[in-house]
Amino acid sequence: MTLLEKIICRFRGRFGGFELDAAFEAPAVGVTALFGPSGCGKTTVLRCMAGLQKIDDGLCRVGNTYWQQGKMFLPPWKRPIGYVFQEASLFTHLSVRGNLLYGAPRTGARQGAVSLDEVVELLGLGHLIDRMPRNLSGGERQRVAIGRALLSEPRLLLMDEPLAALDHRTKDEILPFLDRLRERLSMPIIYVSHDMSEVERFADQIVLLENGKVIASGPLGGIQSNPALALARAREASVSLQARVSSYDATYGLATLDVDGGKLVAPSATVELGAPRRLRIAAGDVSLTLERPGQTTILNILRARIVSATPLQYAEMLVVLRLGEEGMGASLLARVTRRSWDVLQLAEGGAVFAQVKGVSMALK
Amino acid sequence: MGELSAEIWEPIWLTLKLATISTIILLIIGTPIAWKLSRSDAWWKHVAMAIVAMPLVLPPTVLGFYMLLLLGPFGPGGALASLWGARTLAFSFTGLVIGSVCFSLPFVVQPIHNAFKAIGERPLEVAATLRASPARAFWTVAIPLARPGFLTAAMLGFAHTVGEFGVVLMIGGNIPGETKVLSVAIFDFVETSRWYEANILAGGMVVFAFATILSMTLIERRVARDNS
Repeated sequence: MTLLEKIICRFRGRFGGFELDAAFEAPAVGVTALFGPSGCGKTTVLRCMAGLQKIDDGLCRVGNTYWQQGKMFLPPWKRPIGYVFQEASLFTHLSVRGNLLYGAPRTGARQGAVSLDEVVELLGLGHLIDRMPRNLSGGERQRVAIGRALLSEPRLLLMDEPLAALDHRTKDEILPFLDRLRERLSMPIIYVSHDMSEVERFADQIVLLENGKVIASGPLGGIQSNPALALARAREASVSLQARVSSYDATYGLATLDVDGGKLVAPSATVELGAPRRLRIAAGDVSLTLERPGQTTILNILRARIVSATPLQYAEMLVVLRLGEEGMGASLLARVTRRSWDVLQLAEGGAVFAQVKGVSMALK
Repeated sequence: MGELSAEIWEPIWLTLKLATISTIILLIIGTPIAWKLSRSDAWWKHVAMAIVAMPLVLPPTVLGFYMLLLLGPFGPGGALASLWGARTLAFSFTGLVIGSVCFSLPFVVQPIHNAFKAIGERPLEVAATLRASPARAFWTVAIPLARPGFLTAAMLGFAHTVGEFGVVLMIGGNIPGETKVLSVAIFDFVETSRWYEANILAGGMVVFAFATILSMTLIERRVARDNS
């Protein structure tokens, strides 16, 4: 990875009683999640990246341009960003069209930039275009806000918990749009969230924040399966796997997906062959066996190697696996009892079969 | 009758002219003051606000007295007036405009200031993230969003200038067609026991004041409904 494709940030300073000392690097591709509990400083980091907050001891470099370094500080309106706030924050005096076009360059669009028509189609805004913001629902407003940010032709899209202010139903209404955004646009996105399910769904990289400090950062799978982090030890811990649909059994409604180091079968209503999909496999849904079982309802039995095992509380073990006979594939987490671990005489480096029930994997 | 109507219409016309010109000037200088004050947290902000608000508590005669010194032949106003050959700005229409602007400033700055405050930081931050320069954000976001504040400010500034008496008396005197505005004319009619004329003008002022307050209330109600 060259420096050209990197985002480098370091922000150090005090805000009221809050001490921020956050530094991270992320590749300027895909979605990077800034994840942490409320009040950990993730929004502050995002605001510093946008230049909305000025921290004296800060550095921000995107690709080969510095936005902040030493005394140099680029004001927000000179940074090629798109920013989606938690609340849609539409301009109430402008129509949906007026809002969408507010930041769009007036002198001809840049090559490869999205057009108004594309954004309207992507976010399903066609029937809303002439309405005023006060006549929109919460979800519609947030979609307009996202479209408005995209039309300003950003090189980096910053999203501050765009779903947090919405109720469950509205969230479900927006999620598919975000999926499409992620698939269709090549723009790097920094996505702030305190909701792991959003991160599992969207993020490629993750930066973990706690009390104003970065405690870990890296590719999502690597962070999810790092037993040293609380994330992997949590009861609802899981890993997200990048998969590609290789075949579909229409009779039974089952899709076969290729992942790094194996194949998985999961129920799916519709599929597009060759399309990238994301699988979420919870640690609690994975069991281990030493021999390939004969007759079983479990659809997925994959060869894997044990990378590490960490005792949890009093009765359980967190086992990190890597798929494939040589253990060179994607990482997987399994939560098993300490007794099973002892009875099967499992050990780090050992070869096992990881079993995952097909129905446990929700295919999005 | 012809003489009478001239005596009544002249102060009305003069008052409307004074109020219109003053209001325009008030909006032009009041807006940047209100903007600066609404976006600042510096210590001098409170000092500046107190200075702007002084006419609210100062007796008009005190203000008028200092205006007289400032505008008179030995003050900066006199120096200014000498540029076009006059001796003083006091007892002239120009002097009245200057006095009115100072006296009505708080009535214009405060509604605009409140309207700017009510917008909050967010719309301006949004504008900045959409590549709008601070100037563009001001004209295309802050001003349109503060529109109801401007309407209130203009009406208050206009009405207050119309109703002004003490300052006018101190710096304007009673020159027909030049400084004899409505309030002074009423005083003059009463002084000379011309109750009929005083009644007409005073009654007109009551109707005007009522109409102003009523339309302001209606505008505020409409704005509140639009924002809900």
